[in-house]
Parts: sequence; structure tokens; C-alpha cells
Amino acid sequence: MLKVERLTKMFGGLAAVNDVSVEFETGKINAIIGPNGAGKSTFFNLISGLHQPTSGRILLDGVDVTHLPSDKVAMLGVGRTFQTTNLFEQATVLDNLIVGHRLRTRSGLWDVLINSKRLQREEKAARDKAQEALEFVELGHVAGQFIADITQEERKRVAFALALATDPKIVLLDEPAAGVNPEETASFARLMRKMVDKGLTVCLIEHKMDMIMNLADKIMVLDHGEKIAEGTPEEIRNNPVVIEAYLGGGEDAAA
Amino acid sequence: MKPGAKLAMLAFALVFPFLASNEYQVYVMASAFVWAIAVYGLNIITGYCGQLNLAHGGFFAIGAYTLGLLTADAGWGFWPALLGALLMTAVLGFLVGIVSLRLKEHYFAIFTLCVGFIIYLLIDKWEELTHGAIGVRDIAAPYGFGLVDFTDTTPFYYLVLAFLVFAIWFMGRLSRSLLGRTFIAIRNGDELAQSLGINLMRNKLLAFVLSTTYAGLAGALYAGMVRIIGPEEANINHTFDMITYLLVGGIGTLTGPLLGTVGIVWITQSLQFLEEYRMIIFGPLLVLLVIFAPRGISGSFLSWMHHKAQSLAPGKKQAQSKVTAAKQAGEAENNA
Amino acid sequence: MTLFLQQIMNGLTLGSIYGLVALGLTLVYGILHIPNFAHGALYMVGAFMSYFFMVDLGVHYWIAMAGSAAVVAILAILCERLVFHPLRNSPPIHDKIAAIGVLLFLEAVVQMFWGADFRRMSSPFTGIMNFDGLIIPEQRLLIIASAFALVVALQLFLRKTMTGATIIAMAQNREGAFLVGIDSNRVAMMTFAISGGLAAVAATLYAPINLVYPAMGHLVIMKAFVIIILGGMGSVPGAIAGGMIIGFAEAFGGFYISSAYKDIIAFGLLVLILSLRPQGLFTKGAH
Repeated sequence: MLKVERLTKMFGGLAAVNDVSVEFETGKINAIIGPNGAGKSTFFNLISGLHQPTSGRILLDGVDVTHLPSDKVAMLGVGRTFQTTNLFEQATVLDNLIVGHRLRTRSGLWDVLINSKRLQREEKAARDKAQEALEFVELGHVAGQFIADITQEERKRVAFALALATDPKIVLLDEPAAGVNPEETASFARLMRKMVDKGLTVCLIEHKMDMIMNLADKIMVLDHGEKIAEGTPEEIRNNPVVIEAYLGGGEDAAA
Repeated sequence: MKPGAKLAMLAFALVFPFLASNEYQVYVMASAFVWAIAVYGLNIITGYCGQLNLAHGGFFAIGAYTLGLLTADAGWGFWPALLGALLMTAVLGFLVGIVSLRLKEHYFAIFTLCVGFIIYLLIDKWEELTHGAIGVRDIAAPYGFGLVDFTDTTPFYYLVLAFLVFAIWFMGRLSRSLLGRTFIAIRNGDELAQSLGINLMRNKLLAFVLSTTYAGLAGALYAGMVRIIGPEEANINHTFDMITYLLVGGIGTLTGPLLGTVGIVWITQSLQFLEEYRMIIFGPLLVLLVIFAPRGISGSFLSWMHHKAQSLAPGKKQAQSKVTAAKQAGEAENNA
Repeated sequence: MTLFLQQIMNGLTLGSIYGLVALGLTLVYGILHIPNFAHGALYMVGAFMSYFFMVDLGVHYWIAMAGSAAVVAILAILCERLVFHPLRNSPPIHDKIAAIGVLLFLEAVVQMFWGADFRRMSSPFTGIMNFDGLIIPEQRLLIIASAFALVVALQLFLRKTMTGATIIAMAQNREGAFLVGIDSNRVAMMTFAISGGLAAVAATLYAPINLVYPAMGHLVIMKAFVIIILGGMGSVPGAIAGGMIIGFAEAFGGFYISSAYKDIIAFGLLVLILSLRPQGLFTKGAH
């Protein structure tokens, strides 16, 4: 459903992403791994529209989204999380999630002024969606708490919920399990399976090998901006090129 | 804020002219209200959207001058001129916004600082249009349709109060609405907002135009109140004053602008003998606030209320989470 | 023809002053990423300190300038320690508001001691040199020469000394500098001190051919910001080049087009440039 053709991004003379082509299938969990500096986050930024590629194409369900800006890409169904998410600390969890549905609404200034039926309808829909997303990530019980008071792991799940509230077709998760203990990592993995079961396509960047190996349907390996391998966990595990990249690059496999 | 508190404040405002010892006090309160309207405008772009607009005072002056020139020179009535002032500030806000909102953080502040100064310079030098340093006199007071005489302080006070109530009401609706949440999302982070499908330019522009229109409304009311204006209305000091009011009251809150403005105006009034030293106190005050209490009175109050509520709630496994949450709050300090 | 050359002199003079002020500003912005809105106030305090030393205490011009530079340098360090250092992790808007607070405070204090009136300050260089019809007051030559000397001295300092190298290191890569043991606090204080000293010198050079009053920093600071956006944040040559551009634009624009609106030129340029290139003219190491 997401097809990337010969994607390249140059920063000055340096190719952060170099001629990468890959296809991510609907309903599968796709992982992107690679040593630090391999270009993984840049790759996500290209897909989600934060950076404009130097060359290449990105097709979402057949639609060319290569040069679309971030907000348009989000509207077409690409949700994403970031390594650090800035939430509104002094508001409740639910409050933070309501804006997630904004992109599916059309109310504007006039609606606010006259408190139109449309605004009321859309705000209710947004609130319902927020609740739904929150319950999907199994955090319904903290809906009324301030962001400042929930745990690190709960915050990450709220970030997921925010991406889910946009009604995406595919979610790009940037190091979702960073800084989280093994139990919590396993529960995130379960969460991702849940997303896929619901029909979503998941694409994640991760460094935690055990999680990836057990979770991913397909893995793509990037090194220095180039794709050096692609395949099932089994294939990747035994791929000498991948092993070389990791051992040679000094990447810690159990971040 | 509880409805009871709001009603109490409204009631107080309604009977204030009868409680005041003389007309001058009513006048002071009325001007505080006018400034508060402007500060509410500043709150939209700076508080909810996170951009420091240093041209805000300039738009206040544009509102004042538009109304002044339309009534004194072109012979318009007050009410049509008021609409003219609103339109003018909205349009100019739109034009300035289109150029400036593409700029990041610091550049936006610097750019608007310069815009504010250009406005002052034009008002001062463009004598054919603005009368230059002489200023504009004989500005019309609001037309009372034969029922009310708005050249009197007390009726004008109620007029301003009506506008203020409307301004606050609208801000309240805005902040709770999807649109207001959109603004806050932008303040939390451009990239995150975009990933949620929010069009940055369109929304920032909307917030900017709303804020300049608020400033224009305040400026026009001011002109109708003092009836004589000069280039000094565009002095950058007014913008700095408004920033102080907003910071003290609480950026990004609903009651902050009102509390900050009314509070400081009255304190300045009662300490009239210290008028010369005003900035000697305000300057460090601003610095201290920004370092120690950046959320102002309302913001800190809200935090305190919340913590009280939290501590009364059933205990959770807070120990480890408080540490990590505090660290997160430290690095993600986004509540300006 | 001589009128034309006259304007060139004016342009050089103005450009020198603006360049010196912008230099201090660009150092602080380029290295610490702080837009110091209070810089204009430091400039103004520099002028008043010189006035105080010269007129109230009767000290010689050069000594007054040195004294003023020292006082303002210390003042700048205080700003850094008490205001900007505590705010280094806060959202950028707080830096700016705090700088405004410092600005208001300094202006009010100066006004309390000296009032809001315009004052004149003289310098020992009241002579006029006459080159075959081209009239150049000595003070202006002094300004240009001093600015040139200071810029050269600064460049030497930054590139040839260890301390200077630490400043450049921090500008280029803050974390890297920290990792190799460079004390960011020391660098911050030094940078502020230098910027304050430059502002004070510029103000003292310019005061004899201008007036001294509490609000004198307003215009200058805005133009300085325009200059560093034009010339590139953190770029020493950029600050000088930008200063010259604005200086010449004002001298010629003020004379040939309109004297009343000459102050708008700098801002008009800014509006034009930022409308076309929102990231500024030079994005090297930009923020």
C-alpha cells in the first residue's frame, strides 16, 4: 500500500537517503532497522512530508504523494509518532487527543462564532474518537488525568492514540519502544499486533532486535542511507551483509 | 473557572461605577478594560499560538487612527468608523501575517518589532494622512442614538464593558473549540501539528488576523474615549506594557489577560507617585516572572488547583512515574 | 561630486557604527542563539557611562570610553548570569520577554538619574579636515578607523587565541565543545562581555556627532537586527558587510530620496528580504 521508488534525499553533498525502493504491504508490520545515522528518521520524514525528497517517488495506495506537505499526507491517511512528543502538559489526556480528529472536520471561525450544529457534531465526533483511540491503547482509565502526571510509558501510548485518532491507514512509529522496559516493550508489541488486526498497516523504526524479530512481518535494513537488505526476520537474521553492517558499525543490538 | 466566580466578577463590574468614589476611577477602569481587550488579542497569537508579536501595539494604533481619521477628517459616524477600523486592522493583519508567519520563532519577533516601528514612523511622518506629530483631534464619541450620551464617562464604561464581555466570551468559545485546540497544537510543535493534518499557515494566519482585529477594536474604542490621539499611541512601550499585563495575568489562560491588565493598571494608579520608577519595578518583575512563574497568576492558580485535586484523588503508583514525568516536563517545557 | 563623496563618508560612518553594534549582537545570537533585545539598552548605557565619565567626572575621552566599555561589559555579564542563563532551557519566547524586561529596566534607571532630555557630548576631536573641498570631521574618520581596528582585533582574537577558539567551537558545535571540556558558562560570559564592550565603544564613538538620550538604543537595535539577518547570524564579516549596506543605503537614501523616511530604509529592506527568503540571506549555521 505504500510504495517507495528510488527515494533520495541530499543535504548539501551528503545523501541521507540514497536510492531506496521498497514496498510496504497492507496489514503487515514492517520494520526499518539499521545502525545509528542510517537515515531511518529521514526516511520517515520524507514519507510523512516533513522533508521534500531530492528525487524518487512515494505512492500511497497508488496515489503519488511525493511532494505533498505534511498536513496533506496526514489527511490521506498517514499517521506518525515522533521520538519526543510535545503534549499539552496542563491539560487532560483526553483533552490532548481531541485535536487528533481535527483533520476530518471542517468547522471554522464562523462555526465557532455561531456555535453551529456542525461544530457541535464535529466536536462530539472528535471527543468520541479520542475516547475510542484512548481505549484502544488501553488507557481509558487515565482519560481525566493531566499529561504531567502520567508515566513515561503511558505518554508513549497517548502519542500512539493521537496518531490513531487521525483515522490513518498506515502508522509510522519512530522508535516507539525507546526508553521502555522489557515488559512494556512486549505490551507495545501486542498493541501493534492489535493495530494490524484492525486493518492498519504499521511501519516502525526500532533498535530493539528481540522485539523486531518476534514482531515484524517484514524488515528493511538501512545503512548510510542505502537499503542493504530486505526480508523476513529469519532471512535478515542470517544475512551476512546485515551482520557486517552492525558489527562493523558498532551498533548496540539491545538498546 | 467556576460559573459562580464569573458571575461575581460580572456583577462587580456592573456595579463598579456606583462603588467608585469619583468619575476618574470609572475612567481608569474603562481604560483598563480597553487595554484588556487588546491583551486578549495578544493572547490569541502569543498565548495560544506561541508567536511573540511585537507589532501588536502598532495595530492598536492603526485601529485608533482609522477611527479617528474617519470621524474627524471624513466625517463618518462612530459606528461605521468602528467597522472601518476593524476591517482595516483585519486586512493589514492579513497582509503582515502572510509575510511574517512563514518566519521561524526569532525572525518573527524581530520582523514584527520592525513592523511595529514602521507603523510608528509612518504615523509620525506621513503628515498628509495622519497629521503627523499634531495628532488627530475632535474624534467622535460613540453615537448614542439620542438615548445615551457617550461623552460621559459612565455610559462609555458600560459600552466598553459590553465589548469586553463579548471579547472574553468569544475567546472562551474559541479556546474550547476544535479551532482553539488547533492553535494549541501548533504551539506545542509545528511538526506534530502538521502530522495531525493541520495546515500551519492557514491557522496561524487566522490567529494573527483575529489578534490584530482585537487590537484594532481596542484602539478604536480608545480613540472614541480620549477623543485626541497622537503618534505616541504607536509607541513600542504600549506593546511592552501589554506583554507585561499578559505575562503577569497568565499567558494562554482565559482570565489571565483581564486579571493582569486590571491588576497592573490599578496598582500603577495607586502608586502614582512611583510613576517615574514604574519600569524600574516592571523590568525586573518581568524577568523574575519569566524565570520563576512563567504561567502568571491564572496559570499558577490553575496548576495549584489541579495539584490539589490530584492529591485528593486515590493514590497511584506515582513514585517512579513522578520522576520520569518530571523529567519529561523538564525537557518538553511547552506551556508558555 | 563632493556631495557624492560626502555621502560616501556618511555611509562609511554610519556603516561603521551599525556594524559595531551588529557585531556584538551577532556574536551573542550566533553562539548562544539568544536574540538579545536588550542590546540597544547596553548601547545606550555605554553612551551615558561615557557621558558620566567625561562630563560629570571630567575624564578624558579615551579613558571615558574604556571605562564605559568595562562597565557595560560587566553589565552584560550580569545579564547573562542572572537572566539568560536561568532561561537556557525555557521556550524561546521567555528569552525574548526577559530581554525586554532588562531593556525596560535599564532605560528607566538611566532616565531616573539623567532625565529624558537630549544631551550633548563632545569629544577632543572637533577638528575638521578639508581635502580639497571635501569636508570630513575628524570624529567621523575616528569612527571609521576605530571600527576597522576593532573588527581586525576581534577577528585576530577569535582566530588566533585559545579563548577565541573556544568561542568559535561553541558556535559551530555546542555539544562537541562541551564534550571536549569547553566551559560553556565561561564562553557565554565572555561573549556577552565582548558584545557589551563593542556596544559601549560604538555608542561613545557616535555620541559626539549625535545626541545622548534614554531611548537612543531603540532605532539602533532594530537596525542591528536587520543587519544580522541580512549578514547571517553569527557571522563577523556579515555583520560588517550588512552594516555597510544599511549605512550606505541610509546615507544615500536619506540625501537623495527623503530625509524624513530614511529610517524606514533598513526595515523596508528587511521586509523585502524576508518576504522573498524567509530563512534570511545566509543560512550558514543559522537557527
